[in-house]
Amino acid sequence: MQFHKYDVVVVGAGGAGMRAAIEAGQRSRTAVLTKLYPTRSHTGAAQGGMCAALANVEEDNWEWHTFDTIKGGDYLVDQDAAEVMAKEAIDAVLDLEKMGLPFNRTPEGRIDQRRFGGHTRDHGKAPVRRSCYAADRTGHMILQTLYQNCIKHGVEFFNEFYVLDITMTPGSDGTQHCTGAVAYELATGEIHVFQAKSVIFATGGFGKVFKTTSNAHTLTGDGMGIIYRKGLPLEDMEFYQFHPTGLAGLGILISEAVRGEGGILRNADGERFMERYAPTIKDLAPRDIVARSMALEVLEGRGAGPNKDHVLLDVTHLGEDVLESKLPDITEFSRTYLGVEPLHEPVPVYPTAHYAMGGVPTNVDAEVLADNENTVPGLYAAGEVACVSVHGSNRLGTNSLLDINVFGRRAGIAAAEYANQHDFLELPEQPAKLVEGMVDHLRTAEGGERVANIRTALQETMDANASVYRTEETLKQALSDVQLLKERYGRIAVHDKGKRYNHDLLEAVELGFLLDLAEALVNSALARKESRGGHAREDYTTRDDTNFMRHSMQYKQLPEEEDPNAPLGLTGFRSDIRLEYKPVTVTRYQPMERKY
Amino acid sequence: MTAPTTNSTTADLPSDAPPVPEGATMVTVKIERYNPEVDDDLHWESYRIPALPSDRVLNLLHYIKWYIDGTLTFRRSCAHGVCGSDAMRINGVNRLACKVLMKDMFAKKGETTITVEPIKGLPVEKDLLVNMEPFFEAYRAIKPYLVATGNEPTRERIQSVAERERFDDTTKCILCAACTTSCPVYWSEGSYFGPAAIVNAHRFIFDSRDEAAEERLDILNDVDGVWRCRTTFNCTDACPRGIQVTKAIQEVKRALMFRRR
Repeated sequence: MQFHKYDVVVVGAGGAGMRAAIEAGQRSRTAVLTKLYPTRSHTGAAQGGMCAALANVEEDNWEWHTFDTIKGGDYLVDQDAAEVMAKEAIDAVLDLEKMGLPFNRTPEGRIDQRRFGGHTRDHGKAPVRRSCYAADRTGHMILQTLYQNCIKHGVEFFNEFYVLDITMTPGSDGTQHCTGAVAYELATGEIHVFQAKSVIFATGGFGKVFKTTSNAHTLTGDGMGIIYRKGLPLEDMEFYQFHPTGLAGLGILISEAVRGEGGILRNADGERFMERYAPTIKDLAPRDIVARSMALEVLEGRGAGPNKDHVLLDVTHLGEDVLESKLPDITEFSRTYLGVEPLHEPVPVYPTAHYAMGGVPTNVDAEVLADNENTVPGLYAAGEVACVSVHGSNRLGTNSLLDINVFGRRAGIAAAEYANQHDFLELPEQPAKLVEGMVDHLRTAEGGERVANIRTALQETMDANASVYRTEETLKQALSDVQLLKERYGRIAVHDKGKRYNHDLLEAVELGFLLDLAEALVNSALARKESRGGHAREDYTTRDDTNFMRHSMQYKQLPEEEDPNAPLGLTGFRSDIRLEYKPVTVTRYQPMERKY
Repeated sequence: MTAPTTNSTTADLPSDAPPVPEGATMVTVKIERYNPEVDDDLHWESYRIPALPSDRVLNLLHYIKWYIDGTLTFRRSCAHGVCGSDAMRINGVNRLACKVLMKDMFAKKGETTITVEPIKGLPVEKDLLVNMEPFFEAYRAIKPYLVATGNEPTRERIQSVAERERFDDTTKCILCAACTTSCPVYWSEGSYFGPAAIVNAHRFIFDSRDEAAEERLDILNDVDGVWRCRTTFNCTDACPRGIQVTKAIQEVKRALMFRRR
C-alpha cells in the first residue's frame, strides 16, 4: 500500500473534475485521480452546446434561462440553484473562451449561438438562440480546453487510478468528515491511500444500467456508488433522461443541435408528429416530451422501418453546407454506423438512455449533503454525479455542459478554501481495509457466475421495465430482477487473476455499483406515483404536486456489523433502502401546467 | 456486398455465451498477446467467434474478453470514435476498434481472419494496451494551450469566422495516437515529436488569439521536430477524425521557412 497526502483530491477527470482542478490547483496542493486518461471522459461526447444568455444574436437574459430550466425540470428544480447556474453561465462561457475554446463565431466575430430544446424567449413565447457551440463537438472542445489548461497550470494527474472508497473520520463535534480516498492503481494492482482535507467527486453518471444508451462503457456510477455505500443519500434517482435521438438500435447520440438547426422528426407516414404534441416549439420541445412522443408514435403503429420500431430524423432540407459546417460529426456517425447518408435520406432514431438527473445531493457550493439539512465536511461533488438540483426531473439540452463548468468551478474553489482553513484529520485505522477486502475477494472468488451475463440481464430488464414509460408492474419486475441479479453477483468469478491492468476485475467492481444504483432508481420510481419530467408512469399519468413536489432521498441501510457471509462487504445483496423526501426550493416561480 | 453465410460449427463457444444471432458469420480474430506477468514474449492467439455485419471490431474484442478469455486487455470507453481510447492496428493499419465495421472486413472468398495488434512505437504494457506517457509527453512539450498576454477583455475575444476556420481541422484531434504510431519515422526514432503533437501545435499556431506561435515554431524547428516528417501520409490515412494531418505538418513547415526568411 502506498500513502499520499494532498490538500484537495479530485476524483474524475471529465469536464467537472478538470474545471474543479483548475481552480483548486491554483489555490492548494491538488491531485486528480482518474480511472481513465483525462481526455477519454464522456464530456467529450457532448455535441450541441452550452447555453448562456449572452444575447449575442438576439435579445435574451439569465432570468428567461432560469425560468426555462425550472419549467423544463417540471418544477422539481431547486430554484435558487437554477438562478445561480443561469447567472454564472455567462461568465462560464466567457471563461472558456479566454482559456482558448474555439467557439463558432458570428459575422461580427462574437460567439455564435443557436437554438436548443426548451430554451425560449420570454417564458416560452418562441425558441431562442442561447446555445454557444463549437460545431457539433462542443463537449470535445470543452474537454480538450480544460485539459490544456490543467497542463498550463501544472495540475497533477494520477491516470488510471480507480477510486473505490473514501475515508471518513469523526471531527471534534462527532460529525463524520471526509478525510481521503482509496484508489486501486490499474497498472500494478497496488492500493493507494490519499489523505486529503477535501475530496471532490466528479465521476459522472451510470448510463450502463441500460442496454440502449449514449453512455460510454466506463459510465458505471462509481462515485455515486461509493458515497451511497457510506450510508449517505442519493437524491432523485428515479429521474433518468432518455435522449430522443439515439441512432436506432445503437443508442449512439445524435445531437439535439440537429433539430436546433432545423431538423424535423417524422413518423412512418412522413408526418411532423411533434406539431401535435408541442404546437408552439414542436421539435424543440424538451427531451422528456419528445422522447415520450416518439415512443407513443411507435406504440400506436406509426413507427418507421420493417419492424416499425423507430422514427425518422429528417435533415435533407438543410443542405450540405449546414451539415458540413455545423453538424459534421453527426453526419459522419450516420454514415459510419448505419450506412445512412443524411443529406439524401432521413436518419432512423429512437430514445437512448442519456443522463442521470439525480445523484449525490449537494448545495450550490457543491458541498455533499448528509441529510436534508447537514453537509459532510470535506466532501464535494459536481457534474452528473451530483444533484444540486438544477435539472429537477428533466434536464434541458446544453445545461449539463453548463452544470459541469459552473459547479465544477464552485466545487474547486470551495474545496480549496475549506482545505486552506482546516487541518488534516487523522485517517481511520486501516483506511484501505474495505478496498483490500473487495479486491482480494474478487481476485480469488471461484463462483460460477459470469460478469457479462449478469450485466446483460440487468441492462435488459432496465430497458424493458424502467425506461421511457413505467408502471407499477414493470417496476416491480425490474426490482425483483435486480435483487436476483445482486444475489448472483455474490457468486461471480473474475477470470483474470493478475495484478497488471486487470480490467476484468475492474468490470466486476463496476457491475457492483451498477446493481446498487439500478436498485435505487427502481425503488424510488416505484414510490413516485405520479408522472413528472423524465419519470412517466402509465398508471399515474399526471403530475401530483400535493404529494410529490419533493425530492426523493434514498439511504442504503448498512448492517450493524459486517456480515461475514456477504461477499464484497458492503455490496451485500439484501435490499434495505430507506426512502425519505426533501422539499423543493421555490423562489419566484409557482408550479404551472407544463405546455409547449 | 452480402455477408457470407454461417458455414462452420459454433460448438467451441462457451455454453453460457449469448446465442449466435441470425445472420452472424464465424470469423477468426488473431490477436497479438503479451502479459509480462506470465509471458516471456509476444505471441499470437486466435479465436473463432460469430460476427454480424453491423458489429464493430470492438464488439468482437468484447465478445472474446467477456465469454472466452477475461485476461484479454485493451482500453475503450465511448465506443463511437470520440474518446480516442481504442486505437489499435487492425489488419496492419491503425484504426479505432469502435469505428471499424465488420461488413467492411468480411473476406470476399473463404473465411475471414482479422489481425489485431497494439499500436506500434509505444511500449506494450499488456496485450493491446500500450504506455501512452511518451505520447502525452510530446503533446505537453509543444505548449498545447492558448497563450495570450495583456489585459483580458471584459467579454469574449473577437475572432472572425475566417480566422476561426483557419485552424478548425486541427481542433478535431482526440489524442488517440493513431497518427503518431503509424509514422515510420516515429517507429525508428521515438524522440520525434510525432504527427499528433504537431497537429496540436498547428491548432494554436494558426489561432489568431494566440501569441506563442514563435515559441512553438522554435520547439518544432528542433532536430526532433517537423523536419523529420517524410510526408508518407500514413498519419492522414490513420486519423479517425479525418484530419488532414500531413497538410497540417506541411503548413507548420512553411510557417517556419517563411518566418526564417
